[in-house]
Amino acid sequence: MTFREALKSGKFVVTAEVGPPKGVDMKEFLDNAELLRPRVTAINVTDQQSAVMRVGSLTAARLLKDHGIEPIFQMTCRDRNRIALQSDLLSAYVQGIENVLCLTGDHTFLGDHPTAMPVFDLDSVSLLYAAKQLEAGKDLAGKDLKGAPHFYLGACVTPGAEPLGPQLLKMEKKVKAGAQFFQTQAVYEPKKFETFMKRAGKFGVPVMVGIVLLRSVAMARFMNKNVAGVHVPDELINELDKAENKVQKSIEIAARLINQMKGMCQGVHIMAIGLEARVPPVLDACNL
Amino acid sequence: MIVSELKPWNVIQSYLANDKKVFILGCKGCAEVSKTGDEATVLATKKQLEQEGKTVTGWAVADFLCDRALIKFKLLPFKSQVESADSVLVMTCGIGIQAAAAVIDKVCHPATNTINLGGARGEWPGAERCRQCGDCVLEYTGGICPLTNCTKMLINGQCGGSKNGRCEVEPEVRPCGWQLIYERLEKLGKLDYMKDTVRVKNWNKMQPPPALRSTIKWSIDQPDIAPTPTTAKEVAKK
Repeated sequence: MTFREALKSGKFVVTAEVGPPKGVDMKEFLDNAELLRPRVTAINVTDQQSAVMRVGSLTAARLLKDHGIEPIFQMTCRDRNRIALQSDLLSAYVQGIENVLCLTGDHTFLGDHPTAMPVFDLDSVSLLYAAKQLEAGKDLAGKDLKGAPHFYLGACVTPGAEPLGPQLLKMEKKVKAGAQFFQTQAVYEPKKFETFMKRAGKFGVPVMVGIVLLRSVAMARFMNKNVAGVHVPDELINELDKAENKVQKSIEIAARLINQMKGMCQGVHIMAIGLEARVPPVLDACNL
Repeated sequence: MIVSELKPWNVIQSYLANDKKVFILGCKGCAEVSKTGDEATVLATKKQLEQEGKTVTGWAVADFLCDRALIKFKLLPFKSQVESADSVLVMTCGIGIQAAAAVIDKVCHPATNTINLGGARGEWPGAERCRQCGDCVLEYTGGICPLTNCTKMLINGQCGGSKNGRCEVEPEVRPCGWQLIYERLEKLGKLDYMKDTVRVKNWNKMQPPPALRSTIKWSIDQPDIAPTPTTAKEVAKK
């Protein structure tokens, strides 16, 4: 069953992500993907995440496909103008990649090349719109295509944003522009997620809750300070701090969060960020 | 000096479609030279609107709409006229429109596009900055420019990097522009603007139009009218 079919079937869908390396040694990338393969429907390939220069997500997604893993190709608007973005959408389809997660992307200033020129010619909304135009056989300039692609288009939303209003308006705009599924920013507060889903449910588009595995207390504090829309409550930080076996505790917390939220949404998207080995035990604890 | 041009009349009509009563605000600064906000243009606009069945509750032409204090001062005698209007049509550059929106609790429709001068102007005109994009979107953003207020120049809404109303890129100095726009549109009851249309920017309009190129830096750069030909010859000899 493909990722699109799985979400359409109404069953609870699990996805995870892998990040391409900085450099050309793809072994760890593929090992991580192999580790996740038996447990997930599809795997996201991040696009120079956090504005850090790496192997491109299109090539890395193609590698997954060659290994029999269904990729979700992440695209940001930070590094390419509308010509390159549309071209990469066509290139993805030609290589049999149909799942595309359309993102605006982190600012270059936050990455490892802070002096680079940020592009943002398009943004998440207009990228979705561009993909829909291509599906209709036209490019953004209105020119005819010789053969039209078909995509399964996704987008991101931040359920923990304060205030939530601007995020929900943008989510609605993304649905209108063509988003068919959402994978959210990391959530650590099930109550907040419930409030969010009550308002987001009316859009009728499947939402997969984002889970980032906690590596350490320091990481949780760092996210609270620096990552917009992500808040790890003090109780969780204390719980992790007090635990003797931190690895076991981080697995336990992630599993508990998924169990608390899986009844509220259509799937879970796990961002392990180097802790891929902990994903199978987390899913075991959730019977997923 | 800032150069603006009137938006096409059908665009201005569309902005005012749901407003019966309008106050018009013009400018005696650059907009007078551009003939977009001078008294004659304001009066011609008033006449046209009245012919089309609108009520113009009043009009004023301020000395410099780019100055919030001057706008406030200028509008004092027109308080009731502004208050009785559904909206204000602002006939000046992008800075003046934003300055007007900052002091008037009404929808401030932009009547102009501000044209790019190609960097000839070395000013930093206050908090309300204008990128001279040539395709003004202030109508849809509550009179707050997303091109100057959003670090990523996003025109379709807030990204995921907004934290406590600040931009994650430089939170100490930068508010999230889309948070400001959201709050302003909420106040005006126009939040629907944030989800209505997918916008794709025409960056081509950020180039100065050819007609303006003869008046600014380009004229200096042209070899036939270069100001220091003798110096150039001397350099060539050496």
